[in-house]
Parts: sequence; structure tokens; C-alpha cells
Amino acid sequence: MTAIDTPSRRSRKPLSVTLRRIPGWIGVGLILLTVLYPMFWILMGSFKTQPEFLSEPFWALPQHWNLDNYVSAFVDGGLGTYIKNSVIAVFPSLGLILVLGTAAAYALQILVWKGRSLVLVLFLAGIMIPTQMILLPLFTVYFKIGITSTMWPLIITYTAIGMPLTVFMIATFMRAIPSEVFEAATLDGANVYRIFWSITVPLVKNAIFTVALVQFFFLWNDLLIALTFVTKSDLRTIQVGLLNFTGQYGAVDYGPLFAGISVTVFGTLALYVFLNKKVMAGMTSGAVKG
Amino acid sequence: MESVFRNRGATLLMLTPALLVYTIVMLIPIVWSVTYTFQSGNAVTGFEFVGFDNWIKFFGDETAIDALWFTLRYAIVMTTLQVAAGYGLALLYIFFLRNRSSLVRATIFFPVILPTVAVALMFTRMFEAAPTAGPVNAIIMWLGGDLTDFLGDPGYSFWVIIIMDVWRSMGFYAVLLYAGLVEIPQDIMESARIDGASGWKLVRKIVFPLSLPILLSSLIFSINGTLKVFDSIVALTNGGPGSATTPLTLYMFRTSFAYGQYGYGSTVAFMLTLLCLVATIFVFRSMRKDVTR
Repeated sequence: MTAIDTPSRRSRKPLSVTLRRIPGWIGVGLILLTVLYPMFWILMGSFKTQPEFLSEPFWALPQHWNLDNYVSAFVDGGLGTYIKNSVIAVFPSLGLILVLGTAAAYALQILVWKGRSLVLVLFLAGIMIPTQMILLPLFTVYFKIGITSTMWPLIITYTAIGMPLTVFMIATFMRAIPSEVFEAATLDGANVYRIFWSITVPLVKNAIFTVALVQFFFLWNDLLIALTFVTKSDLRTIQVGLLNFTGQYGAVDYGPLFAGISVTVFGTLALYVFLNKKVMAGMTSGAVKG
Repeated sequence: MESVFRNRGATLLMLTPALLVYTIVMLIPIVWSVTYTFQSGNAVTGFEFVGFDNWIKFFGDETAIDALWFTLRYAIVMTTLQVAAGYGLALLYIFFLRNRSSLVRATIFFPVILPTVAVALMFTRMFEAAPTAGPVNAIIMWLGGDLTDFLGDPGYSFWVIIIMDVWRSMGFYAVLLYAGLVEIPQDIMESARIDGASGWKLVRKIVFPLSLPILLSSLIFSINGTLKVFDSIVALTNGGPGSATTPLTLYMFRTSFAYGQYGYGSTVAFMLTLLCLVATIFVFRSMRKDVTR
């Protein structure tokens, strides 16, 4: 139930109303088709053989459902290593971003001290700064301290880059908490840490989850930072790895390429189906709470 | 209650880690990068002070100016289309699908989380002309059109990038704007309805004005994101054909890492930063009077 819903359970709707909604449903169907069809096409392609690609029309289903292309993508393409590298780079960064960002948002939004608005603006400015602006100095430093053949450049850079948006978004959600909540907590004798941990964090829990998801897409989809700082081929993340996939197989070897895309697309889908419910639940409950 | 929240120790403890990481990894490198714009050379060959040479070079560099125009064109077209598509979808969710929208929302949101490179490889194949016609060309030919090399033609490749990036991002803006729209209080909507507002009139007079704050955020978010476009273009066209689809971000990457010109690369990056700053201030100022009232 959303706040804006019209009363949907009136008495039975007349037929004319149902008919008037048909064009709308066709529109929704077309939008869903444009979103889903390309992925379906890739999935079907991942089972096709090279001759099928070149001679059969694009809508033809594969003649055999064999996994040769997948084996090739993992064995020759190194897809497993890429996925592992992405996980190693993204999850520690994500954890750091959320812990540091939430604490900082509390210090900037709820705590009272001179100069806090200035520091908040300083964080905000970071949202605008293109990553290109920090690449060269960071590259120089990472190179000099000799960590370019590890995952550390990615983790460090990801953590810092995620900070501005995280602080900004969580601070915005904290601003929405009615001040009576804090007054009541203070009167009940809670100290500043208790109010953070037992009151503020639970109240913005859904926001933190949403922010985590947004940051996850940013980091998982990052190509620029990974492309710059990953100097060894066996440390490539999934994005850099896929980018090299075409070069590796040439422009014409379709099967393994489609299998590689399918793995990343449907792997992400599996993760999404699991996470999506929480996100949507978080958003709707956030809308009702007022 | 002031005294509880006026706690210097807690402030330091909670703010310092984030601020430290942010300062060391972002703020200092930004300043450092600005000093590079007055130098020539790179980490290996060493640096040399050249004054404003890099800045002068930028405005005489045809490729850089082309990249600047491409970036602006892309940002304006993409921001308009993705926020409009997102707003349209958000209205669709709220007024047409109502509480049945969650599956549709989830489906249209899905491309947002897909790795950009995978999407770009997918669209390359969709719009392909050789060695075999992709679905788009196959349909065009079935309708009686000619085989078109979309990615080999500068005019078309721009629009392929746009189509792909709208496809990728509309679900995100839809959910963002939807989240703003569901916050509009039920009683305002109800009293507007009682006063006789419905359909488009309700959207124009009530929903749109009340969603201006979230629209402002979307616009600023979008314009900043689109000015920084990199991944999708690198993976889809790699800036080509020629340098027809090369944005400033990619040009900076090339000058720095392919040609080792750190000073000039930093200058290009600085121009991009300036562009983001100006665009944000422009959007903010042109909308703030409506938002704050």
C-alpha cells in the first residue's frame, strides 16, 4: 500500500473501465519486452554453435542445449577468476563505506558542533568530482609504495569514492527523523552512542540498505578505477575481464562470449532476486512509517 | 538535549575515520592533480613546470574540443531522456499499476545492476552488421530497410549509446522518483481530488510541484553521472568510429595512460570537473526557487 494510492477496492469496476486500461497494459507489456528480450536473446545465444550464429535467423532457438560455451568461457576465458577478484575488491570496500559513512553522517547531521555544515559541504563536493581528477596522483602514490600488484588500490579508492554519496544520502534520511524521537531518548537518559546505535541506525536501516545496494552497483560496475589500477591480468575484475573477452576470442567467436555475458547477467539476476524483496520492502515500509 | 549531542569526543570518534579516508584519497589528490596542470611529463620521466601551456593547448586541441562537445551533447540528451523516462515510469507505477507495480518496478530496475561491460557487449551484438546481422538489422531488413552499420557510423553510434544508456538507467530514475512520489501525503491528494482535480490536472498541479525536490536531486545526479560517462562508451564503441564518440573522460584516460602526458591529462580532467561544477550550479539555481519557495 502506498501513500498515494486511490481507493482500489471500490465495488466491481464497469467493463468500460477495464477496456480503457487495455492500451496501458499493452504499453507496460512492450516496456517489459524491451527490457527482457535482449537478455533472453543472449541466454539463447549462449547455447548456440558458431554455424548457428552465422546461418540461422536471430530468433531461432539453439538446436542443442549443450554447455560447451560455458566451459570455454570459464576454462579459456578465466571467468571464475574475474568474478572472485570482483568479490575481493567490492565487499570489503562496501563494508567500510557503510560503517564509516553512517557514523560520519550521524556526526554531521545529528551531533551539534561548530563547522559541521562546512564539513558536510566538503563531503558533498566529492559527489561532483570526476574520478579522473584523482587517478594520476593516486596512481603515482600506489606505484611508489608498491601495492599495484594487489587489490589494495581498488579497495582504498572504492572506499573513498563511495563516501560522499553515502554520507549525503544517510544524512538526508537522518534529517527526516522527528526531533521528538531524540528528545524522548535524551529524557530517558540515553547517551550519544546509545542514541546512534539503538535509535538512529534502526530508524535509517532501510536507507542504509538502499545506499548499500546503490554503492554495490557503482563498485561492481566500475570499469575506470579497475582499468587504471589493475596492472596484472590475473587480478582483473569482472568488468575488465569481460572487456578483454572480445579481444581474446576475436570479434567472431560468439558462443563463449554470449556464455560470458550470460554468466554475469544471470548471476547478477540471481543476486537481485534475493536482494530485491528487501529493497522494495524497505522502500514501501519507509513510505508508510510517517 | 543539546548537551547530549554537543559531544566533542563522539564527534571526533565518528567523523574522523571517514574524513581521514576522504581527505587522503580524494581531497589531497584533487589539489595535487591541479598542480599537475601546470606541469608536463609523468611519474617515470619526471615533471617540468610549464605554466599555463597545458591550458592553452586544450583550447587549441581539436580532439579535446570535440570531446568537450560530445560530452555536453551526451549529457544534455541523456539527462533529459533518462529523467523523463524515469518520471514517466514512476507516474505509471503510481497511477496505472498502483499496488500491483512491484514486479514491473523490479523488472525495469534490473538492467541498472547489470555490469556495464556485459550490457555493452550485448548491445554491440544487437546492433551488429558484420559478420552477421544482429536482431536490430535483421528486423530492419525484414521490414524492407537496408543493412546499417550502426556502430561504424558516427551519426548512428551516438544514438546507439543513448538507447543503451536509457535502457540501462531508466529503472533507477523510475524507482528514485517513485520513492519521492509515494512520500506525497494521501490527504493532499484526497483534498485535491475532492476539489475536482484528476488525471493530468492532478499530476500538473499537485504531483509535479510536490515532486520538485526529488526531481532536482535526480537532475543533479543525472547531469553529474552523464558528464562522467566512461564505462558504457569504452565497452560499446571505444570512442569510435575515429574519435566520434570520445568523451572528455576517455580522452583524459588516453592522454594520461596511453601517451603518458600526466600534465595534459590532468588539465582535461580539470576541465571536466569545472563542467560538472558549472552544470550543478546551473541546475540548482534554476530550480531552487521552485523547490524552497
